[in-house]
Amino acid sequence: MKVVLADYGAGNMRSVCSALVRAGAEPVVTTDPAEVADAPLVVVAGVGHVAQAAAGLGPLADVLRERVAAGRPVLGICVGLQLLFGESEEGGEGLGLLGGGVRRLTARTVPHMGWNELACARQSRILDGLDGADVYFAHSYAVQPDDDELVVGWVDHGGSIVAAIENGALAGVQFHPERSGAAGARLLENVLQWSRSA
Amino acid sequence: MVKKRLIPCLDVTGGRVVKGVRFETLRDVGDPVELAQRYSDVGADELVFLDITATVDGRGPTLELVERAADRLTIPFTVGGGISCLEDARSLLRAGADKVAVNRAAFDDPALLTELAAEFGAQAVVCAIDSRGGRVVTHGGRTERDADSVAWAREAVARGAGELLVTSIDADGTREGYDLELTAAMAEAVDVPVIASGGAGEARHLAEAFAAGAEAALVASIVHERPERVQELKAELREAGWNVRI
Repeated sequence: MKVVLADYGAGNMRSVCSALVRAGAEPVVTTDPAEVADAPLVVVAGVGHVAQAAAGLGPLADVLRERVAAGRPVLGICVGLQLLFGESEEGGEGLGLLGGGVRRLTARTVPHMGWNELACARQSRILDGLDGADVYFAHSYAVQPDDDELVVGWVDHGGSIVAAIENGALAGVQFHPERSGAAGARLLENVLQWSRSA
Repeated sequence: MVKKRLIPCLDVTGGRVVKGVRFETLRDVGDPVELAQRYSDVGADELVFLDITATVDGRGPTLELVERAADRLTIPFTVGGGISCLEDARSLLRAGADKVAVNRAAFDDPALLTELAAEFGAQAVVCAIDSRGGRVVTHGGRTERDADSVAWAREAVARGAGELLVTSIDADGTREGYDLELTAAMAEAVDVPVIASGGAGEARHLAEAFAAGAEAALVASIVHERPERVQELKAELREAGWNVRI
């Protein structure tokens, strides 16, 4: 299936595209609002800052809002997850599609860097089969939803951090599935399945 | 809890692996991406490609290597060696590197770390520090700089580095263990992950580095001879009670 990556100018979509190809999808990177509006699944991926990402999206921000309002699937990866929320302690604001903000991690060592174990909060489509799996994290900020019910997976780094959320047609992961070996591949396969029925 | 990492380092030049690697079962024994894949298969947590002649040869072959690595690998990788400016780093990260390791250019102009962190996030910015007798050295250890290694580490982190790759030139190549005094001083001084480098000979050495506060250990010659060693090292570490990914 076709998967559209919303390009906000952060550059590195290559690894995510390759991982999506391995998962059986046909990824397309675009800045075209029509393409983002029509895609069966949109992925917002990348690194950097929430504020830059939000600014870089430009007209795509509204298209993403419309998609979410219409219940059409969107997956955020890393900063793409943080972008779904509101105010960030890093400065700036996300899209505010979900209630809550983005907070700096309080662990002894930040960034949270490396492989860490997922703890599923509840049954979910996107983390199916991944309870206890090791996945790769590389971040200094994490989302803090107003409603913990959104959270489908936690990870421990100086306390519980949100690793994954799922809410209707919106999903997001703080870790990097494209850099998380077999567990990351499973996540992307799960997301493709979820998006077909979300 | 985040797991302790084992990170093989591959020296490359002109897009090829240049030293210490003999994998008989690989068709192309010098291809970094094939070697990297092999390391990934045996449980390496992450990889470093060190471009040892980048400033001499130009970066074309390395960029091509990074693109292929980004397409094929499913573990993160850092690219270092000869990165002299924001543009160098940007081209490597755009090509698919997860992180860049900056050494001399950061020491000469620490603002580079700030610029990189602002554009790509601190998690993509590794500051590589080579140390001899507690003092900073550059140019592969040939040039002594008038600076205390730990003081420079503190500044590098304050400027934006999200991780430190600390190589003890004293211990490098000895296989007698990491420089634990340096590793401990670094881990104590900063709040970002520290990767210990230089001196690994056996699993016990990695355990000592972790005990000294390193979050990750770089390995080179001891795994180059036989990549399966990665799996064995991790099994031994696990056996000894260390939280490593199997």
